[in-house]
Amino acid sequence: MSYIDAKNLFKEYGTGAATVTAVGGVNLQINAGEFVAVMGESGSGKSTLLSMLGGLNAPTSGSFLVDGVDVYALTSDGRADFRQRSIGFVFQNFHLLPYLTLAENVMLPLAIVKMGKKQKLAAAIDALGRVGLSDKAHRLPNQISGGEQERVAIARAVVNHPPIILADEPTGNLDTHTGSAIMKLLIALNHEGITVIMVTHSNEYAHYARRLIRLSDGRVVDEDTELQCSQSGRVNADRTQRKN
Amino acid sequence: MTLKNIVISNLRRRKARAIFVLVGLLIGVATVVGLISLVQEMKEDINHKLEMYGANILIVPKTENLSLTYGGMSLGGFSFDMQEIRQEEVAKIKTIKNAANVAAVGPMVLGPITVGGHRILLAGVDFTAAQILRPWWSVKGKMPTREDGVIIGSDASRIIGLKPGDKVTVRGRALPVTGVLEATGSQDDGLIFAPLAVAQGILGKQGRISMVEVAALCSGCPIPEMVKQISVVLPSGNVMAIQQVVKGRMETISHFQKFSYGVSALVLLVGCLMVLVTMMGSVRERTVEIGIFRAMGYRKSHVLRIILLEAGIVAAVAGIAGYFAGVGATGLLLPLFTQGQGHGAISLDPVMAAAAFLASIMLGIAASLYPALMAARLDPNEALRAL
Repeated sequence: MSYIDAKNLFKEYGTGAATVTAVGGVNLQINAGEFVAVMGESGSGKSTLLSMLGGLNAPTSGSFLVDGVDVYALTSDGRADFRQRSIGFVFQNFHLLPYLTLAENVMLPLAIVKMGKKQKLAAAIDALGRVGLSDKAHRLPNQISGGEQERVAIARAVVNHPPIILADEPTGNLDTHTGSAIMKLLIALNHEGITVIMVTHSNEYAHYARRLIRLSDGRVVDEDTELQCSQSGRVNADRTQRKN
Repeated sequence: MTLKNIVISNLRRRKARAIFVLVGLLIGVATVVGLISLVQEMKEDINHKLEMYGANILIVPKTENLSLTYGGMSLGGFSFDMQEIRQEEVAKIKTIKNAANVAAVGPMVLGPITVGGHRILLAGVDFTAAQILRPWWSVKGKMPTREDGVIIGSDASRIIGLKPGDKVTVRGRALPVTGVLEATGSQDDGLIFAPLAVAQGILGKQGRISMVEVAALCSGCPIPEMVKQISVVLPSGNVMAIQQVVKGRMETISHFQKFSYGVSALVLLVGCLMVLVTMMGSVRERTVEIGIFRAMGYRKSHVLRIILLEAGIVAAVAGIAGYFAGVGATGLLLPLFTQGQGHGAISLDPVMAAAAFLASIMLGIAASLYPALMAARLDPNEALRAL
């Protein structure tokens, strides 16, 4: 059984004639430790799918299991706990809180966890160290570059050691060089065993993943399952596509 | 990093909004504290002034023979000749539970005498107590000493033809007239007043008194309760409250209280609305932030706590500052309301301070409850779509 198992996921907005299908019958099985890229045009349903995979958006129908647990059968608090334990979100616009230092931003997921103050700070510094920013822990977000802010967002996503990272356009606001650095970070985290699911518009960045899913009109229309990437982050294998 | 740290950091960042909420509550708390303090001080001032109206408790002997009206008020019945109160019993009034509220005790002996062919009532009084019990007295001349001398009511002076410096002979005893009362419009105008011991000697009522006037009025004086207490220690007396005066005083105080409570409620309501509107705006402004919190695994209750904790901290500061602002405003305004006759510096009341502090927190939280619930119920997916 797959670690993440989505069956026939539907998400519709509105009612009657005004009904819009954002996700229309997606089946998706992802094993633990996979790096999956989700591509598609604007409005293709990829962000909706990502929010459904993150336990934030209940499907209209279908089932979604993570490690055998039916996420949407949980209560609201149960889903919140699931997100706290299992999901690390990385947002396109970083969304660091401007009034908190980098260390405090990274500690945010730990604010609701019973841990000592020093332990939380140590965990935050450790996470910042993983993205190479431990020396800037006490700076404010507006005192660092966009690329560094995205790295802080990644540190925040991994500080509580979630098994899954959901990244929504993590390189969307970054230049190529910085974007590549972010991708290397995600690959490194994936190599540590974290399952990474990334939404992107970029073909280049999508090929850092080992698996590529293309969405159109809320449906999976294309899936590449043999992508490979090198430690340097360059695609070194020919892309083979199979129509889904 | 805890929820408290997030709240404090956010308050530091959004100072203007926090100050707006703070000022809204501060004005409300300060107004309430100020009005309550002001009314309390005014009550004391009014009571102080009302005490100038004189006695409000009368004690007369238990008898059924004659009815006596005095000062336009029915005092019940008593007999000049038959039953009287023993003077040493009067001291017991100072032993009642509410003795501290007794401003003055004025024993009085009454008896008819004949002066210059005119029948007139001689009243023996304690002139020291009389100054408290009859503050409206204005004497041409001077008050008699304890040993000797009389003052004469204006009508008696006119009819009998006595003036200060004259001597009046009563039952063979010549007493100097030290003064004449200005017209009071009361029965006092037709009386001759002598020191209590002198009058008792003239009337042959040593150690006995005809009635006792008691001035007992202050904030929170339970007049009916005091009447009961005096009745217990003076079983031979018929103790009565002069209801008109008491009721009048209570009504005045009650009007002030109702006014202050009404204004306080109105100002607090406006303050709460300010908090509500500001916190609603704050929640809307923080939609993205709340979405991020929820995405990180914060429960609805965590979001609720963040918003309410923020409101609670601001409200606590507003409660403390509002209390001191209210007390300060009272100190400034009191002379205007009491025509400069206030009781001096306003004292800090720890009970009121604690009440202001707690009430402010409760109101701040209550006014923020709806915005907090709105934030907690925010669909995390909607928040993410807002990203």
